[in-house]
Order: sequence, then C-alpha cells, then structure tokens
Amino acid sequence: MPRINSASELEAFRKDILSKRDPKKPCISVCTGTGCLALGAAKVVAALKEEINKQGLENKVGVVDVKETGCPGFCERGPIIVIHPEEICYLQVQPGDAEEIVSQTILAKKVIDRLLYAVPGVDEKITRESEIPFYKNQMRNLIGNNIKIDPKKLDDYLAVGGYSALVKALFQNTPEQVVELVKHSNLRGRGGAGFPAGRKWEFARNNPDEPKYVIVNADEGDPGAFMDRALLEGNPFSVLEGLTIGAYAIGSHEGYFYVRQEYPLAVENITLAIKQAEEYGFLGKNILGSGFDFHVKVHRGAGAFVCGEETSLLASLEGKAGEPRSRPPYPAVKGLRGKPTNINNVETWANIPLIINKGADYLASIGTGGSKGTKIFSLVGKVNNTGLVEVPMGITLRDIIYKVGGGVSGGKKFKAVQTGGPSGGCIPEEHLDIKVDFDELAKVGAIMGSGGMIVMDEDTCMVDVARYFLNFLSGESCGKCTPCREGIRQMLKILTNISEGKGKEGDIELLEDLAEATRDASLCALGGSAPNPVRSTIRYFRDEYEAHIRDKRCPAFVCKNLISYHIDPAKCQACMICLRKCPAEAITGGKKQIHVIDQEKCTKCGTCFEVCPPRFHAVKRLSGEPVPPPIPEEARILARESKQT
Amino acid sequence: MDNDKIDKIIDKYPSDPSSLIQVLLEIQSENRWLPKEALKRVSEKLNVPLNRIQHIITFYKAFSVVPKGRHEIHVCTGTACHVRGAPRLLDTIQDLTGLKPGETDEDLRFSLETVNCVGCCALGPVIVVDGEYHGKMAPAKSEDVLKNYE
Repeated sequence: MPRINSASELEAFRKDILSKRDPKKPCISVCTGTGCLALGAAKVVAALKEEINKQGLENKVGVVDVKETGCPGFCERGPIIVIHPEEICYLQVQPGDAEEIVSQTILAKKVIDRLLYAVPGVDEKITRESEIPFYKNQMRNLIGNNIKIDPKKLDDYLAVGGYSALVKALFQNTPEQVVELVKHSNLRGRGGAGFPAGRKWEFARNNPDEPKYVIVNADEGDPGAFMDRALLEGNPFSVLEGLTIGAYAIGSHEGYFYVRQEYPLAVENITLAIKQAEEYGFLGKNILGSGFDFHVKVHRGAGAFVCGEETSLLASLEGKAGEPRSRPPYPAVKGLRGKPTNINNVETWANIPLIINKGADYLASIGTGGSKGTKIFSLVGKVNNTGLVEVPMGITLRDIIYKVGGGVSGGKKFKAVQTGGPSGGCIPEEHLDIKVDFDELAKVGAIMGSGGMIVMDEDTCMVDVARYFLNFLSGESCGKCTPCREGIRQMLKILTNISEGKGKEGDIELLEDLAEATRDASLCALGGSAPNPVRSTIRYFRDEYEAHIRDKRCPAFVCKNLISYHIDPAKCQACMICLRKCPAEAITGGKKQIHVIDQEKCTKCGTCFEVCPPRFHAVKRLSGEPVPPPIPEEARILARESKQT
Repeated sequence: MDNDKIDKIIDKYPSDPSSLIQVLLEIQSENRWLPKEALKRVSEKLNVPLNRIQHIITFYKAFSVVPKGRHEIHVCTGTACHVRGAPRLLDTIQDLTGLKPGETDEDLRFSLETVNCVGCCALGPVIVVDGEYHGKMAPAKSEDVLKNYE
C-alpha cells in the first residue's frame, strides 16, 4: 500500500475502493466480538465459508462476501449475523444453519423465519435489524458502523467515510478552531466525571511547555461494563481518528492507548489499526501532506482498577505502580513525564470525528441542557435484552430498561438499576422516569460513570450489592491514602457482619458516618466515590438493612447465613432430581421416600431450589424463621395412590 | 525460561525503566509465571532495582510469582454475574477443587482465579477455563464442566 499524501489522493483512493465494491452484492456480516465469540461465532464463520466453498460460490463474481465484524450490541441473542444490503438480521445462528443461509437466503433470496427476531407475546417476526425494538429505540452514532466494517481492514473504514473528519480538521481548520468546535459541541468526558472535553483540550493547548502528550484511557475496569472494548474491537479507526484530530488541535506529536490486558482482542485490533494507519499515511510524519507529525503507541495495563484514574494511569505508563497523586497540578499542566497531557476516554475520542463531520451544532442538538450527544451503556444483569446500547442523552431510564432492554427477565419484579460501576449508585423504581444526564443521575445519588447499567430484580439483596462493591473496592484501593484504605475496609467489615446476621443497632448510622469521611478525605476519585453504593442503598433500601439487622432476615434470600432451604413434605413427590443434583450430597430420600435436606451439610448453593420442577414447587427458601423439624421416618413413605383419589 | 528468551523480549522495548510493565507482561504471558531468575535478568537489563520490580508485581494483578496449574479457571465475579448467582457458583467450584481464588493445587491440575468482568454479561454467570467460555453456568453444572480438564 503506497502512502496517501494529500486530501485529493485520499478521495481518489476512496472512490477506487467504492468502485470495486458492488453495493448490491450480498454480504454476510458475522459479529465476532468477545460475546458472540464465546457463543461460537468463529464456528459459524467457518461453516459459512465452507458452505460457500462447497457450493462453488467462492470465486464467483457478485455472489457473496463474508465479513467478520465487531459487536453490534445484541449480545443476548448471539451469535448474530446481518446480511446486507437487505439488512436481514439472524439471531442465535449455529454452524448447522450455514447451509440453509447460503442456499436459501443468499441464492434463493428467501428469509429463514426461525432465525428472525420473534416479538415476545405475539406471533410476529422482524426481518430488518433496525426494526427490532432493541435497535429501533437507540441512536447508534458511534457503534452503528460496527456491523458494517471489518475492524482489521482500514479500507472498510474508508468505505464508510472514515478519515474525512481528519481531512476537514487538517485542511479547513486551524488547531484553535478545532478546539473551539469541541468546546461549542459541549461534549463532556465519557469516562465518568463528565468534564467538558473542549475545555480540557484548551488547557493542554495553552500550556507553552513541550512536548505534549495525548492519551486514550481504555482501562475500562468497571465490572459489567464493556462499551470501550466494543468500540476498540469493532471500530478502532474511529477512536484513532479522533485521537489524531485531538493531537493536531492540542499540538501533540505523541499519543498512547492505555488498554487493559484483559481485553486481548481490543489490544490486537488497535495495534493493527495503528500499523495500517501508519502505512496509509494517517499516522507518522507529514500526515496526508499537511506537515503534521503524530505517532501512537499501545501500552497494556496489568490489572489494576485504580489505573483508570488519570494520575494513576500516568504513573503506570511510566512503568511505576499505579498510585494516584493529588490534583492540582492537573495532567494538562503536569502529566506524563511532567509534561502537558490530555487524557480522554475511548468513547470521548470516538465522538470527535462526528463533531468535525456533522458540526458542533449537530452534537449540541442531541440531549439535554447539560449533557449532549449520545451515550453507550452496557445494559446487563436481570434484563431480557442484555447488550450494548447507544441512546441519546435525556432518554429515561425506564425507556432504556423496558423499550430497549425488553424489561426484567424471568417475569420478576424490578428492584433497582445500578449505574456508574463501583462508584455509582442504585436507583429504585420511583426514579425510573428521570432523564439520563450527568446532573440528573447525580441528583438521585448515582452517577453516569462510564456506562455500566445493571438491572436488579427482587432476588437481588441490596445489602449484598453494597458489600459486593465495597469488597471489590477494598481489593482495588491502592492503599496510599488512609481514608480510602481504612474507610473502605471498615465499611466492608460492617456490611459483612450485617449480611452474616451479626449486624447491630447503630450500624447503619456508623456506615453513614464512615461514608461521609471516606468521601471527603480520600485522595482520588476511587475513594471519593467508593461510599456511593453504600449511601444509595441505605437511602432507598433502608428497610432491607433493618430486616438484616433486626430480624436476621434477608428479604431477597441471598445472604447465605440468613437463609435455609427446606423441602415441603406435603409437596415433595420424591422425584430424586434435587437429590441427584445436590453438589453437597446433603439430601436424603429415595424413590418413594420424601426428601429431606440435612441442614448441617447444606452449602446453600440453591441447586435444589432451581431444579425442583415448577409443578411440584416443593423446595422453599426460608429467612428469619426456623426450619421446620424433619417429619418422622414412617411419614416419609410416599403413597402415590392415595394422592390420586 | 532461559536468558536468551528473556533478552529477546526485553530487546523489543526501549531499554529504560518505563518498559518494565510491558516486559513483565510479556514474560508472564509466555511463561505463565515470573521466576526469580527472570526478574533478576530484567532488573539488570532495564536497570531497575529488584525491590521495585517486587513492588510492581505485587501491585498489579496480572502477575504471578508461583507456577500455575495446567488449567486456569477464571470465575467471573463482575456485577452482572454477581446478581445472576456467581457467588454460589464460586463456592461450589471452591468445594469441588479444594482451592481458594489465587491458589493452585499440588499436582498442578487447576489454578483458580476470580476476574472482575470478562465482558460477556449476556452469558452470566460465566467461567472461563483455559480461554474457553462456559456461559449460563450453575453450581449443578460445574462438575460436568471441570471433569473435561485433566
């Protein structure tokens, strides 16, 4: 590939790519993001290719292409394939479906009904991807291209208009104008804090010190969040283009991607994207003949949540332990190696090409007064449509969970939605109609965070959730400052006691005091926001805390020390299912002998409760009440005949 | 792991202390643990004191200073898996293997680890054994999955 040396050469090259592509030629896009891969997408790709080969279509002009793409979001129904140009979306595709897909859909132009999305509750199927409710209620500015491009091919990105924003920035705008555009768009940082990106850029730009650095923060550590991974895996070029534009605006010639090593595919795709961009002349010296030089390197994180905090990230980049330092000075003043540095999250950078291409007013036209544009969330937990969703700011939580997410799974009752990861909070039903916006979420005790959104149902214990996050944070606190290290440890100790039935009066108040001290006195945002899960669960679910402390009862039947499993002798049909499945061998009984759980041996894993056939419904969960004594041996003989009369 | 192999890894990076984490990550992924001899070599070549290397490898979770088992079980304890029953799953796997997270058994069959999120939340609860994903797990399924790894 020869380097592209000017804007006109790029346009000629783009034309050439498009002229070689027949828009009518069927293309089977298979999602090979991490979620679909785990569900066997690689086997589906292999089966499709084999089938195409078998039918002798491989080298026939204009018949079919197979493309391995990034994540389009609907992880719940993976492996997903979309057949262009008709946009036929097949879900839960198995290798065995390949033959039919090729012979029916590609050759005979017939849609395979059983692979389509079925609308729940009614006899209706949906063929087109964009008409499926999960997608219809989204606004996919950033992840919409994922299913159209092979993230390992820069040509694919160019075919959908890629790098036109860089051209516009380099040749039609001064660096100052680019900064102004970003400021004008009101784009706020997507990593969690929501600081206006344009202002951050301006600080770094105005600092006379040299050299300057730009960094992509892809240390996505919130458990249950994978927005950044999907962007890096599915469309790494858009982030790289955004970073290059930012470097031009700020006056930087060296950039870094800080990616966590737990995301091997993201590391691979971004490394390859950088290599290709260098070959094409979108990186390196004299980019597109503009005179602007910019080089990028990838740095892998080594497994430390705190490195998502920018000063820790900088320490880690320098090869040190990722411990934060106090700010100010902010990285724009003293960053990497003491030089001015601008750090933005993956999603923030991915918004930049959009702002340049469509204008600052376009982004500013989406969303609420204080929060503009779209936001990607990973909608997970007890929700029907688990996946990645991109929605305009200002949409209500209810619309995200019910219209996009399809509601709570398993017909259970909604309890809370947790946003913002370990630094966020739990929002109850009564606040589901608030608008998703940096400020609105903060008002109800949660935060926007980077975009994790975990739906919780009636089977989720809120004391356990708070304990879970504090346990996570106590393992991730770097230990440098006392309020965070000790505050989290003490709160965790109290929460563990409460969940084990050792809670006492005054514990809730003590938690509230500790939460306040930890929030106010910690050095960095990890400690400062660590009390949020505790505060928000106490605020909305105080009754659950009280039930644990006063009645030694876990209303959601989660806290092991407070629950027991019991087989109702009146309902047990001695079917042997629970007895065989019990991993602790704690159930006694026989074919005609009513089963009994040995409470001493029971590990409370819940297997018996899950496997007991719903028509018997004999296994009961108890909390806050004693287990009824076992019935006498002679009464355990099941007389089936008498039941029939 | 011999010095030649270690030198080859070190030579890929700029020869200064800022390369330390990247070099260690690569040795870890190649050798699956960090023997003391390897650390000494890194210390000499990158000119970083050994006690600073110790600090780094205990600070970051990606590193191990003990040999790992033939099969690595990663139980996802991310939030989505947690609310879908990961703690009960982890308990059962601990009972089955006799290991606690971070431990390896004596005949080096299994190492057990927890991970904060593998990002396949639709499959939760998830365990990953040697890079292979097992989704929608339940305590009752654990034994059947683990017996495939000898």
